[in-house]
Parts: sequence; structure tokens; C-alpha cells
Amino acid sequence: MSVDLKKISLDIRCDVLKSIGHLGVGHIGGCLSVVELLSVLYFEAMNIDPSDPKKPGRDRFICSKGHAGPAVYAALANRGYFDRKELLTLNEGGTNLPSHCDMNRTVGIDMTTGSLGQGFSCAVGAALGSKLEEDGALIYTLIGDGESQEGQIWEAAMFAAAKNLDNLIAFTDYNKLQIDDLVAKVNDVAPLAEKWAAFGWNVIEVEDGNDVDQVSEAVRHAKLGVGSGKPTMVILNTLKGCGVPWIVDLGPGNHNCPITEEQADAAIAALRGEE
Amino acid sequence: MEMRAVYASCLAELMEKDRHVCVLDADLAKASGTRALYDRFPKQMFDCGVAEQNMASIAAGLSSYGFKPWIESFTPFASRRICDQIAISIVYAKRNVKIVGTDPGIAAELNGGTHMSMEDIGVLRSIPGMVIFEPADPVQLRAAMPVLNAYDGAVYIRLFRKELPEIFPTDYRFDLFRADTLREGKDLSLFVSGFQLKDALEAAEILAGEGIDAEVINVHTIKPIDRDKVIASARKTGAVLTVENHNVIGGLHSAVLEALAQEKIPACAVGVQDRFGEVGKMPYLRRAIGLTVENIVETAKKAVALK
Repeated sequence: MSVDLKKISLDIRCDVLKSIGHLGVGHIGGCLSVVELLSVLYFEAMNIDPSDPKKPGRDRFICSKGHAGPAVYAALANRGYFDRKELLTLNEGGTNLPSHCDMNRTVGIDMTTGSLGQGFSCAVGAALGSKLEEDGALIYTLIGDGESQEGQIWEAAMFAAAKNLDNLIAFTDYNKLQIDDLVAKVNDVAPLAEKWAAFGWNVIEVEDGNDVDQVSEAVRHAKLGVGSGKPTMVILNTLKGCGVPWIVDLGPGNHNCPITEEQADAAIAALRGEE
Repeated sequence: MEMRAVYASCLAELMEKDRHVCVLDADLAKASGTRALYDRFPKQMFDCGVAEQNMASIAAGLSSYGFKPWIESFTPFASRRICDQIAISIVYAKRNVKIVGTDPGIAAELNGGTHMSMEDIGVLRSIPGMVIFEPADPVQLRAAMPVLNAYDGAVYIRLFRKELPEIFPTDYRFDLFRADTLREGKDLSLFVSGFQLKDALEAAEILAGEGIDAEVINVHTIKPIDRDKVIASARKTGAVLTVENHNVIGGLHSAVLEALAQEKIPACAVGVQDRFGEVGKMPYLRRAIGLTVENIVETAKKAVALK
């Protein structure tokens, strides 16, 4: 598939703003920071079929930082899993698009996540499942930097390496911010690369995780880890709130913040103007 | 026969028939009686090491891939320690995972208070949709295992792992959602789960000698409780006694009383009176915590006197 990942990232970013803006509040910062990754995964890297969402042997993406659900929904809608109009139902009563990912509600979501740390272990379980089934699938998963403070992350890291789950490709959204303050101030997770390497993982660092070309190259590189006997961690240095300067400027305050429909439309216009 | 031997042999049969049935341990396979299965089923047995949270969520991930995982540990680590993983990764996500907690309550004996779960049923019973099962003897466990495996959802199995006498007949027909009446009576309904079924039957014999005709019902599934049977028996006898190896808050006593909330029927409890456990062997712990046959007999008389 030949695709313009920059254009797709723009569309997804605008849809994130539109859906959260329509609602008035949401996890904007950590959704906008992972848009480029989702573009690369859903439009380039993953072996998936929107017309057959449960296809056996498909690659899977498990968003362990489940609060990035709105970004995943925007990616799924743009990829054709469901109508983009449905994005405007985000978090409304009875919606199929709850704030955190739910495998029983949303077409294309393979695991329910939201309680931090758990989705990562679930991805490890899926990677083990794929190995047992010998279906050749790759399991992709995304964790947050704040989420990396959860002990369960490191339990799973140890297990995945010990069981040689080289079909597991994980990403850290290293945007350096969490709800209360800078990650480095709250309870520093650095040095991340050294930690993952010490746990027996292949580690790839991406200088700018909001540059689709760099992310695309990193994912290609990560896939080479299949057969290495080691799972791979891709550390994406990202910007929380990426694409909207005033949201970026909120710093830790952009984790879950209000945004009016007018503000969202203005941000979208600015982004489109840059197209 | 040792309950864990029955459990392990049933698991082996299930794994033999279906390669998607698998077992995850957190470094307690020996205690659970399943260590020997590792050689026989290398692609169905996984030891996660001392990491129960990870074990629970890995099981959920395996379930999302079509596997039917059983996870096992001591009761406190299979319940309160992984309560959120059970609630979210497993039950909320509608995953087909069986959670086995061994050595419930005072059965933890020499491991003492830290390993003695007096609250596991209470903790897990409040999770929506959770099924909670506590076998009373080897016959019931053997009959239940294929049924539990076939049930598409989360079940917590509170497993006494040591020796228990056979109580149920060999032709016992198990229904996960129906309680079993082992003794019919007209003066008192005695609801019991787990290893204390034998005690309850003994107590009923003693009571019979004193002119009290007790009905003994084994509530093997504490959630969802067999409401119809509980209410029908309580209405018939007019007095209730619950017997459990668990805090009287949150466990069988609470479940029975919830079912009887609109009935005007007196009820008493033999169980752990809102306290932690302590180290000791079963005979000592029964006395110290108040779980002897004599406790059952005396409390039964009180319940009948309240009529």
C-alpha cells in the first residue's frame, strides 16, 4: 500500500481534535502525541483487514495506555473500520467509543485497556498466544512513560524476554509529562533505553516520535527483531499535545483538559493551513 | 484423596482433549499439584514466576487469542493481590479465565495470617458477573472441572488442596448454578460451602439427637447463589445457619442474607468473625477462630431459638 503518512497523520490529528472538541473535554495531550505511530501502524505496518476485523492471524495493536482511545478510534475510522461520523459519539452515553479502549464495544479493538500496566501484560499474553498458534502475527503495543511507573510493566518485560517473544513490538510514548508534573519530577523513569536493554529487549530510540518518516523507519527496523529471540521496545520521544501550540503549552495540564468546539475548529484550520 | 491431585488429573484430561486449555502459575505449581504437568504439556503450562498481576493479565491476553487459561496461586494472591487485574483484564473485558486460589482461609495453616484469605469471596463477589465456586469434596470437584472449563467466562475457584473425604455419591450430577441438598430437614436450614460440609453433616446428626431436624444444603457456588433453593429451604424451616471458612462479612453469610433480605427469618453465622488469621494447624485454628463442629451445633440451637 502506497500511502501518504503525513496526510494520514494530519487527518487523524484533526479527527482527534474534532471528536474531543465536540465532547468538550478529553485526554488530548496523550492522544496527539501518538498520532504518527498510529498512522504508521494502521496504514503501513500492520497486516490487517478492516473488512474482516477478526481475521485469524492478523497483527494486533493493544493500546495499553488506554486513554489514547480517541486517537485509536480516529485511526480506525480513517482506516475504514467504521464511519468517521461515529467519532462524534465519543464518550456519549451508549457510545461504542468510550474514553478507554474496550474490545467488546469497538470494532477493531483487540483488548480492553485503561487500568495502566495491564494492557501491556495482555499484549505479552497475545504474543505468547500467537507463538503457540504459529500464525506469524506481530503484536504491537503502546505504553505511556507515566505508565512505566507501574510495576506490572516490568513484570511483563521480564516475562516477554524470558519467553523469547520476538513477535512483540512495543512502543513507549516518551512525552516526558504525566498528570501531576514532569515524569522526571514525579518519579523518573529514565534511563528508559538502558532499562529495557537490561531487561533483555532490543531497543530502538526515535529522536522525534512525531516525525512519521522516523517512526516508519523505526517500525521497519523493529520488524527485523523477529527471529532475534528478543522482544523490541521502540522509545518514541514525543511531544504531548503535538500539533496544537496552546495545548502543548499547557504542559502537564494537557493530559485531560477542556477544549471547545471553536478551539478545536481553529486548531484544525491552522493544521490544514499548514498542509 | 488430595483435592489438588483430583484437580491436576482433571486439568490433564482437559489439556489432553483441547490444546487451547492452558495453565499459568506464579511459582506455586508444586503447591497446586500441577508441577508434574509441565513435562507432559510443555506448550500448555507456563510459569510466570512470582508475578501474579502479570499472570492474570497474560491469561486475559491468551484468552483474547482463543485460549482457555487457568491461573493458580494461594487464595490471597489469586484474589486480593490481583483484584484489579481480575476486575478489568479478565471480568470487565469478558475473558474466559479460571482463577484458582488454593488454601482458603484457615487451610493456609503454617503459612499463617499473611497467607490466610478471610476476604477473598467478599473481594471478588462484588465484581459484576464474577462466578465463585468452592468445592466440598473430591467427587464434586471432579464433576465440576469439565463444567467450569466449558463455562465461557471468569470463575474463581476456592480450592482446599489437601485431603478431603468423599461425601457425594459416585453418580452425583453437578450443576454449577444449583445448590445441593444433602440432608432434608424441617427445623433449620444449614447452608455451607467447602470443606466444612462434612462438619455440617456431623453437626446435623448431633442436632438430630437433640430433636432438631436440620436441612443441610451445600452452596458450592456462592455467586450467583441459588436464590430459589435458599429461599425455599429457609421458608420451610424458618431458621438459618451459614457455615463458612471466611469472614462472615462478604462471604456465604452475606450472600445468603442478601437472598433472604425480604424474608422475616432469623439467621446466625459460623465463620470468621471479622478478624485476621494466625499461624497454626487446623485443629488449633478451628478452635481459635470458632469453626468447630461444636460451634456449629451451638449456633444452630441459637438460630432455632430465635424462631
